[in-house]
Amino acid sequence: MKLHELTITQAHKLLKKNEISARELTRATLEHVGSIEGKIGAYITLLEDMAMTQAESADQAIAKGNCHPLTGIPIAVKDLICIKGQKTTCASRILENFISPYDATVIKNLKRAGAVFIGKTNMDEFAMGSSTENSSHKLTHNPWNPDRIPGGSSGGSAAAVGADMCISALGSDTGGSIRQPASHCGVVGMKPTYGRVSRFGLVAFASSLDQIGPITKDVMDCALMMNVISGYDKSDSTSVPEDVPDYTAALKNNIKGMIVGIPVEYHSVKGLDPEVSAAVNSAVKLIESLGAECIEVSLPNTEYVVATYYVIAPSEASSNLARYDGVKYGFRDGEKQNLLDMYCGTRSKGFGPEVQRRIIIGTYCLSSGYYDAYYGKASQVRTLIMEDFKKAFETCDVIFAPVAPTPAFKVGENIDDPLTMYLSDIFTLSANLAGIPGMSVPCGFSSEGMPIGLQVLGPHFAEEKLLNIAYAFEQATDFHKQRPEL
Amino acid sequence: MKITREDIVHVADLARLDLNEDAIKKFSDQIGMILEYVEKLNQVNTEGVSPTTHAILLTNAFREDEEHQHIDIEDALTNAPEKEDGQFIVPKIVK
Repeated sequence: MKLHELTITQAHKLLKKNEISARELTRATLEHVGSIEGKIGAYITLLEDMAMTQAESADQAIAKGNCHPLTGIPIAVKDLICIKGQKTTCASRILENFISPYDATVIKNLKRAGAVFIGKTNMDEFAMGSSTENSSHKLTHNPWNPDRIPGGSSGGSAAAVGADMCISALGSDTGGSIRQPASHCGVVGMKPTYGRVSRFGLVAFASSLDQIGPITKDVMDCALMMNVISGYDKSDSTSVPEDVPDYTAALKNNIKGMIVGIPVEYHSVKGLDPEVSAAVNSAVKLIESLGAECIEVSLPNTEYVVATYYVIAPSEASSNLARYDGVKYGFRDGEKQNLLDMYCGTRSKGFGPEVQRRIIIGTYCLSSGYYDAYYGKASQVRTLIMEDFKKAFETCDVIFAPVAPTPAFKVGENIDDPLTMYLSDIFTLSANLAGIPGMSVPCGFSSEGMPIGLQVLGPHFAEEKLLNIAYAFEQATDFHKQRPEL
Repeated sequence: MKITREDIVHVADLARLDLNEDAIKKFSDQIGMILEYVEKLNQVNTEGVSPTTHAILLTNAFREDEEHQHIDIEDALTNAPEKEDGQFIVPKIVK
């Protein structure tokens, strides 16, 4: 096996036994990136020099006997998470030259564990999108078929993991932006419970929905990343002071007696591809054969999830993105002679079309006379969506669902049809609205060879249950071991 | 409810965005479709339902009012498009 193909668990074993060095691992990964980046387009910025310096420190730490599971592991970071002294562009022209003045809390934690950051990955501008086509920077191609999108908005991170261009990655998920690209690229992705992971240093999109989470090659690696990034942070007052367990201890490979809920409403979702449906159904059968019991549950407000989300998320975004005014940081339209014209020029030239579209929707929904009808109403329906899940979890431990209604679509296929693009988020949005954890694990391939993901959802802070059942599923299948031909 | 050209121009102005004719036309159509879709929320009976702005129950996060070292002025100004004497410079505000 080549070094860049290793999982965290495999690489850690070799590092600890001194069979490889962190420098060799980092160099091998960077060389592989160099050879296929032109084809995949996963990275906005490569951090070769910093990575080699960090790898050297990791080797010194290992020599002293300090080998944390992430020491010396090359990690890719979505380009909306701040690494001090490095660019954080959000794949937007408005932040194309922005240098992070501090480390995000997740970055601080990973640095303390000795991780190596090899680059910042491509994404939809400000994380708004499901295909990574809304990047001001470049297109990212799906490792399984370059004519197809990698998913989004964490498409660069998912493609990098899927193409072995890093050992693991960080993404962020506001409406499915970790789970959907993970599903499309055949890798594992987790959106933790809202508040489980600090958002300090994550560029805000919709603050009541955003969470950082791992994208990895298998479930064990996901647990290892969760161990390091989770926890209360006084710099993020919405992070939750719950103890962080050792998530690897949750991988018992025993799910006897677990109850899996299957939402009846999900069968009749329009546009659900029969191959996706079949792959999820086989996963249900397999999990039953492993000792879980599967029952039907109901999420009656499923039909209103997309509408609720596409009021709340743009509303929060329009407010969060008001800060980009060309004064304190980022791009400024220097041609304009007075302040108001400078604001308008900066924002119109700095933001791409999807971001402008969402700012306008959000501003409209929050504007005088429309607030109650749109934002107020959506916030009430959000309560009902949360209650649906609460009721469902009274009868089951976790829920199984598709991640996306179809495998990855073709580049350019939906770019001019925002509503169709939004509707494809139906299965992932509700976890963000309800604040519950969700993950995607590989569960099959379409007849055209594109990966399909199984989504596992659970109650607040039930990450251990999700990891346990996902691990049991993974141990009984080999989808996660398959690699694209590059 | 149909969204008009004037609505889009008005909201864009509130959001400090200059739209050209093409963008106004495109956004009117697309946002009109999206808002029409969103209207389906009116089918839901939400009488007496309290709104959710946060999915996790949180109490106020109080802390002592103590001084902390954050980033210094020099670092805070690194990304400024224009700066002088430790301050941000903006175009003229008063005519």
